[in-house]
Amino acid sequence: MKNSKYLPLMATFVVFVLAYIICISVFPNMLSTRVAGNLLTDNAFLGITAVGMTFVILSGGIDLSVGSVIAFTGVFLSVILRDTSIHPLAAFAIVLVLTTAFGAAMGGIIFFLDMPPFIVTLAGMFLARGISYLLTTESVPITHPFYSTLQDIYFLMPGGGRLTLIAIIMLVVFAVGIVLAQRTRFGTYVYALGGNLTSAQLMGVPVAKTTIGIYALSGFLAGLSGIVFSLYTSAGYSLAAVGVELDAIAAVVIGGTLLTGGYGFVAGTFLGICIQGLIQTYIVFDGTLSSWWTKIVIGLLLFGFIALQRGLMWMSERSARNMRHASAAQPSSA
Amino acid sequence: MAVPTIVRERTPQLIVLVVILALNAIISPGFFSIEIQNDRLYGSLIDVLNRGAPVTLLAIGMTLVIATKGIDLSVGAVMAIVGAVAASLITSGYSLPATLAGSLFVGLACGLWNGALVALLDIQPIIATLILMVAGRGIAQLITEGVILTFNDKPELIFVGSGSFLSLPMPVIIWVVVAILAILVVRRSALGLLIEAIGVNRRASTLSGVNSRVILLAVYAVSGLCAAVAGVIAAADIKGADANNAGLWLEMDAILAVVIGGTSLLGGRFSLVGSLMGAMIIQSLNTGILLAGFPPEFNLIIKAVIILIILIVQSPASQAAMAGFRTNRHTVAVKTENREHAAR
Amino acid sequence: MANAQPLLSVRGVSKAFLGVSALENVDFTLQAGEVHALLGENGAGKSTLIKIITGAYRRDEGEVLLEGTPIHPRDVVDAQKLGIGTVYQEVNLLTNLTVAENLFLGRQPKRFGLTDVREMNRRSKAILDTYGLDIDVTAPLANFSVAIQQVVAIARAVDISGKVLVLDEPTASLDAHEVEMLFAVVRQLRARGMGIIFISHFLDQVYEIADSITVLRNGRLIDTVPVAGLDRLKLVSMMLGRQLEADIKRTIDPNTAQSEPLVSLRGLGKRGNIDPLDLDIRQGEVVGIAGLLGSGRTETAQLVFGIERADSGTISVAGTPVNMSSPRKAIAQGFAFCPEDRKTDGIVGDLSVRENIIFALQAQRGWMRPLSRSEQEALADRYIAALDIRTSDREKPIKFLSGGNQQKVLLARWLATNPRFLILDEPTRGIDVGAHAEIIRLIIDLCERGMALLVISSELGELVGYSSRIIVLRDRKMVSELTGDEISTDHIMKAIASHDATGEAA
Repeated sequence: MKNSKYLPLMATFVVFVLAYIICISVFPNMLSTRVAGNLLTDNAFLGITAVGMTFVILSGGIDLSVGSVIAFTGVFLSVILRDTSIHPLAAFAIVLVLTTAFGAAMGGIIFFLDMPPFIVTLAGMFLARGISYLLTTESVPITHPFYSTLQDIYFLMPGGGRLTLIAIIMLVVFAVGIVLAQRTRFGTYVYALGGNLTSAQLMGVPVAKTTIGIYALSGFLAGLSGIVFSLYTSAGYSLAAVGVELDAIAAVVIGGTLLTGGYGFVAGTFLGICIQGLIQTYIVFDGTLSSWWTKIVIGLLLFGFIALQRGLMWMSERSARNMRHASAAQPSSA
Repeated sequence: MAVPTIVRERTPQLIVLVVILALNAIISPGFFSIEIQNDRLYGSLIDVLNRGAPVTLLAIGMTLVIATKGIDLSVGAVMAIVGAVAASLITSGYSLPATLAGSLFVGLACGLWNGALVALLDIQPIIATLILMVAGRGIAQLITEGVILTFNDKPELIFVGSGSFLSLPMPVIIWVVVAILAILVVRRSALGLLIEAIGVNRRASTLSGVNSRVILLAVYAVSGLCAAVAGVIAAADIKGADANNAGLWLEMDAILAVVIGGTSLLGGRFSLVGSLMGAMIIQSLNTGILLAGFPPEFNLIIKAVIILIILIVQSPASQAAMAGFRTNRHTVAVKTENREHAAR
Repeated sequence: MANAQPLLSVRGVSKAFLGVSALENVDFTLQAGEVHALLGENGAGKSTLIKIITGAYRRDEGEVLLEGTPIHPRDVVDAQKLGIGTVYQEVNLLTNLTVAENLFLGRQPKRFGLTDVREMNRRSKAILDTYGLDIDVTAPLANFSVAIQQVVAIARAVDISGKVLVLDEPTASLDAHEVEMLFAVVRQLRARGMGIIFISHFLDQVYEIADSITVLRNGRLIDTVPVAGLDRLKLVSMMLGRQLEADIKRTIDPNTAQSEPLVSLRGLGKRGNIDPLDLDIRQGEVVGIAGLLGSGRTETAQLVFGIERADSGTISVAGTPVNMSSPRKAIAQGFAFCPEDRKTDGIVGDLSVRENIIFALQAQRGWMRPLSRSEQEALADRYIAALDIRTSDREKPIKFLSGGNQQKVLLARWLATNPRFLILDEPTRGIDVGAHAEIIRLIIDLCERGMALLVISSELGELVGYSSRIIVLRDRKMVSELTGDEISTDHIMKAIASHDATGEAA
């Protein structure tokens, strides 16, 4: 069982490679930096929030509020840029502070009231969506010139593909996320919480601080994702990003992270996003298939990965039991 | 004195319901007036009962699932699937009984799938039912082939959603009948006791001879069936199957109804009557907000606030604090120590 | 002991839970460079004492001195900082993290603000080298055997704390070779001058590693003695308590011994739980199981009741072999089982006394055939009266009852199913004196009315009192079967203390 920690990640990688091979063997055109660039741009907001979701799930929690927070961010930005003369950068700062505080508050409630993250973030989902409805129920276009400036920034890849600013932001978020998870105390604490809460507490992990930090991070990234989404759509709409939390959870699980926490990698989530993107791109290229296939295939992949993880758990439990039996079978007196 | 226990135990819910209805009456003076047109009752109150049908039905199944310490996130998606099945069966020329039987069968199958993942594969309920929640709408669209499948020319199925019987709208009759059936089966048989026992202590229940796996399978199957009935009503109501929006977020409303009704998310003691009241509270709120001229979106904020209040009241932390007022502090300290001990 | 200041000294410590005393005026002294074994059966107060020392519990009275200074650890982490580290049987590390991360969690070396993984791995390797452990510190801890996890846990505890090391049943799931590896580490730490508290119920191991022994029983200090020259039988009698008066025995009808057995076990066993054993239990007979904690007592009961599946042997009921693969099948044969851990395996806490009493009967009848409310109330009232269950109301949730009354409710639950064969695992543990006597009377009464009983108990005097026969288990093997005049606490203790031929001489 030496590699059981990496097995789901390897499975993700295999699925990704297979999906890519299938795609380019059917549609050779998909092998271009243009398609790759579009894939990254289209999924930038999802990827950013999925990084936050990875940390939440690694710690054994869940955050259902991210889709609503994305919508809130877009609505907030569009309204504030329409009604005031605040510079977008200042508006970005304000909204990030708000969403981070929102996440931190949910983390605080989860820890101090000792309630399941599921129900707490469900309340957060209702609240964020409700507030964005209160701000406006219409789709508000963002016409600030600074937005056009940002939208025009891109890096031309060989082959003519465009790596847009928002795609770059996503890649940077993934890079920072990987470092945060693997190279900081906070990251280790996140894994510790997901591994075993009691042990973590006994080993001196600051559980309160870490829990609040995790949900604050998820809130911050949902806010950043909302900014990216508003750059992507040039509008704020309170009905936007419905169900994004499910897509993000799916990306994390397909990326090989154990839904019960403790095992997984931020890099896997990136592959999960790419797999989802490939499915969508394939459907677009095909033209006859409908978009609902995306959901069905993702559902199948979810089931596959959950069953794989369950199977791995059974195997490790069995081998642990066998190890004990083998040892107990020998005489214990020397 | 003559107050039945069921009502007495649910006094807080009853008070909240009455207060909201009274507020509605203040906002809209004609709220309680009911009139008969074309041999059917009309009025805001009837509307609350009618519109509340899907959530009420979902809440019945959800109550049983939550009582076993589980949760069923897939019911909204199952509604969409079943609506699509019903629409496609009836439009392909099947009779109403065949359509209904087929729809219920599909709902049952969805429930059994969830139940099998939870009871046989021991996957956490929230994770197990997430799969169908994600894939369900895709499956529904697969059945309707991506369009809103309408059946304007099938009055027999439309009747289920907007017809009336004994002057009452069909959805009201259906949910009342299902609710009475569920309450009778659960409370007149030993099922309720066994479900509660599994939710409180599954291991002790199994050791006492309870067939926990079968009962778990059964509650998820019931939840699937309830979602199927709700799905048929929702489709019949709009005379078509909308795979994208049928039952959207209703699983959240159903969970909320159960929690408002006083059933703990941690399993154990449950109250179907409480959940029905919870569903009615949610629906009266919806109607009241509409009547008051607030944007319907205001609902979400109110729901969030309700969840927060319930969280604070139900949380182990505040329960311990309350126990601390009632008994002495020593008990609480011992409790935490016991908890530590158990955790080790 | 006036020569040196003790490393750790506990003086007059008491602790009570809900008014029930768990530890009464206990003294305990640990010297530097000493391995001190702490012995006692379940409920003796070992774990309470350890938890007070390691800060998990607050003491009610008394003082704890570390190197002469009074200490008041707020929690386990605080005690670690003071110098007291603990390693539990269920290793309290994080198996999903790497070995190095486990060693350095919360104090990882940093470089440019980030964890210096290379430095952390290097230092981890260096630390484990001193224990003679050459493993890949970058692999997840889950990849290694429990023994290696134990050593890593010890290494972490020593590295952080460094004065006192508490080993709480560290050898329970290790094989002989692994135990030796662990003991080598313990000896090395002793040589370094650490004080080590060693908790185990394997007497051979205690004799091998410990310098002195403290025995607790029922929350009281029995004695602290050096290991050298300590007689084994004396040690066992200290742990189990020797009856001063002659054993009180029930007169046994000689005819029962002749009748056909109701339940027969032939070669029943499960690897790692209990070695294959043969046993017959007849109607009107109480068979007692004696043995120390961890000797395979509960495991035997679990095989008979279908909770664990045997991997060898058969169970026959009234001469017919039966498939005992689940509790439901056992119950269908008229079996009943009151488990040792009432809280997790027995009571359904939020349900009422009435519901708990009718629970097994209802489960047996199935959900379609409910007991009517009046039948339920009649049953509940009958057993509340018959067993003298003290509750203000039959509708009170069982979790609010005292331990003794909970136990009586569980007995009532099974008696309501009218069983032929009743298994009781530690039926009198943790309950008050009054209820204690009543339960013993009930056991005798049930037996005289023709029920077959299998009773597991650490209370030898009690077991001798009601058993028709007693089997003794040691190290997951049946080592003796006592009948007739052989039934006495002396014989039981001799059987427990006896050695295998392979063991060292006493």
